Amino acid sequence: MAIDVRVPTILRSYTGGAKNVEGSGNTLAALLDDLDSRHSGIRERLVTESGDLHRFVNIYVNDEDVRFTGALDTTLADGDSVTILPAVAGGSPPRLTPPR
Amino acid sequence: MSGLQLTRELRDAMIAHARRDHPDEACGMIAGPEGSDRAVRHVPMQNAARSPTFYEYDSADLLALYRGMDDRGEEPVVIYHSHTATGAYPSRTDVDRAAEPGAHYVLVSTREEHRDEVRSFRIVDGVVTEEPIEITPAQTATAADPPEEPGAD
Repeated sequence: MAIDVRVPTILRSYTGGAKNVEGSGNTLAALLDDLDSRHSGIRERLVTESGDLHRFVNIYVNDEDVRFTGALDTTLADGDSVTILPAVAGGSPPRLTPPR
Repeated sequence: MSGLQLTRELRDAMIAHARRDHPDEACGMIAGPEGSDRAVRHVPMQNAARSPTFYEYDSADLLALYRGMDDRGEEPVVIYHSHTATGAYPSRTDVDRAAEPGAHYVLVSTREEHRDEVRSFRIVDGVVTEEPIEITPAQTATAADPPEEPGAD
């Protein structure tokens, strides 16, 4: 059971700089536990204390965003490819006065 | 080397994108060869939020963007967006959500119709540092690469 995981730049401090690591697990939750056993600390950057995926991180299994496939319960199969990407987002401060 | 080096064409392309999407915020990236810190390929993105005060990439567009960069051996060199009613300075949200410590975060303000405001920042661990933008001569390779259409679909 080998699953290729693409690690974003901001989390490569946990993987010794590696961009791709291999993991195993029948679900995304199991995969993250497996990764955390070798790359300690990476799981808590992806999963909140209450056990949900962080809102600002996107995780894809093959081409599917796991938000639409069961989040941490998403099932994995040998040869699947998992991509972790930080969401790109931002905003401007609220206006101090209403627009004219 | 400090600061962002950018051709006038790429700078103008970001401004044009910001003007086009005004009053909504515009967003996009300029990718470049990994480790080079050279801004080469402009990728205008769609603001999935379609909002004057917030921007985000669509999840599928984000995946396609990074796949495209991986295939070309590129990384994000510039991550830009516009502010349409405030200045070209990162907001608290921008700082909280900045997740590419190696990138130049460029802000374009379109609050004034006839004055372009473009500034560049590093955002690392919540710390914002402004840096100069140096306009460099156009490179042949850059001029030959047409900008891609917004979004992935």
